[in-house]
Amino acid sequence: MAMHTKPQRRTDGLLNPDRRTLLKCSAWAGAGVIWALHGGIPKAFALDAAGNVSDPEALDSTFHFVQISDSHIGFNKEANPEPVKTLQVAIDKVIALPKRPSLILHTGDITHLSKAEEFDTSAQLLKALPSTVHYVPGEHDTLDAGGGALYLERYGKGTKGNGWYSFDDHGVHFIALVNVFNFQAGREANLGADQLAWLADDLRVVSSSTPIVVFTHIPLWTIYQPWGWGTEDGDQAIAMLRKFGSVTVLNGHIHQVIQKVEGNITFHTARGTAYPQPAPGAAPSPGPMTVAADQLRNYLGVTEVRATQGDHPLALIDSTLV
Amino acid sequence: MKTRLLALLCLMLSMPVWAQEVKIDIKQFMFDPKDLTVAVGTKVTWVNDDQVPHTVAETHKVFRSGALDTDDSFSWVFDTPGEFEYFCALHPQMIGRIIVTQ
Repeated sequence: MAMHTKPQRRTDGLLNPDRRTLLKCSAWAGAGVIWALHGGIPKAFALDAAGNVSDPEALDSTFHFVQISDSHIGFNKEANPEPVKTLQVAIDKVIALPKRPSLILHTGDITHLSKAEEFDTSAQLLKALPSTVHYVPGEHDTLDAGGGALYLERYGKGTKGNGWYSFDDHGVHFIALVNVFNFQAGREANLGADQLAWLADDLRVVSSSTPIVVFTHIPLWTIYQPWGWGTEDGDQAIAMLRKFGSVTVLNGHIHQVIQKVEGNITFHTARGTAYPQPAPGAAPSPGPMTVAADQLRNYLGVTEVRATQGDHPLALIDSTLV
Repeated sequence: MKTRLLALLCLMLSMPVWAQEVKIDIKQFMFDPKDLTVAVGTKVTWVNDDQVPHTVAETHKVFRSGALDTDDSFSWVFDTPGEFEYFCALHPQMIGRIIVTQ
């Protein structure tokens, strides 16, 4: 007998219908939102239809980078028969930026089935990007017989464990976390004790005034437990980050924009470049959502992050592939 | 008495025939049926009907499929009685259980 599990209601109020509808609308309308943090207080500005932001100060940045996510090269089903094309549109969009981004983050699910040819195709496309790309794996990048060996061969050089690492750029400390290995039945994703110990050690020498950007595939905080959209021990990582003045946590995995601000920590998940997924609990399952072909690019996109050096916060700008 | 023995013998000989094959659909991020009781010797085949890949992984690694893309299948013959819990190693909220009886 088919048993449909009832989506569980969250009790912490994040997903109350008003907020959910609001998030859904802002994500689905294809309008971007810019978050600017001043002294840890977030301020949101909507982008107009032309993609311009009302507050020019937020755009007066000295440093910016781009996040690309969920390319799913190899996917060929109804929801997007040609993810190569839509990834190319995203790449062209980054190339066309008026100022070259300092770096690019790819937050995982580069491929759909971890096949060697999928990694080859995506690498061919992504090498056209105008800046260095820093990767983390998605669970779709660990499906080869070696359980992630193909990903690690290509992108794991110089990383720890299953591919985690950190680096500094323009005074920002970037931390790449990996939460797509060792899934346990009925549980959310996990970072694991080794990675958490490494993180604690990595943060020891970082001053609390240094802006931090954490990027990882599956959301570090629980967005929707019945669909496994969360990281079980993510709260331990978040606890280590609380003492820092500006922390931005960037994820992919859920193929839609959802944001949360908690103290000095901004959580943000990006759109993918392959296919949309339903809003949490809005469908029986999180499977690919098929939309009219001429609407697809409204659901796909990239995220741009701008920072002014000094005490200023980071601003997140989502734009669709239209 | 003789007929009864004969009947029993026929029954035993026909065992392989009833040790049927059973199919489990993977659809909408669920195993259908989620719980299944089978006789020893039954071959269970999982077929993925979703647009995204899934796997079938026994909790104690008794069996573990590779990634099953749309329409791909994985089969396992249950030769020992017992309870086998499994999940999708990509979407671990997907859980199923096979009970194998003598």
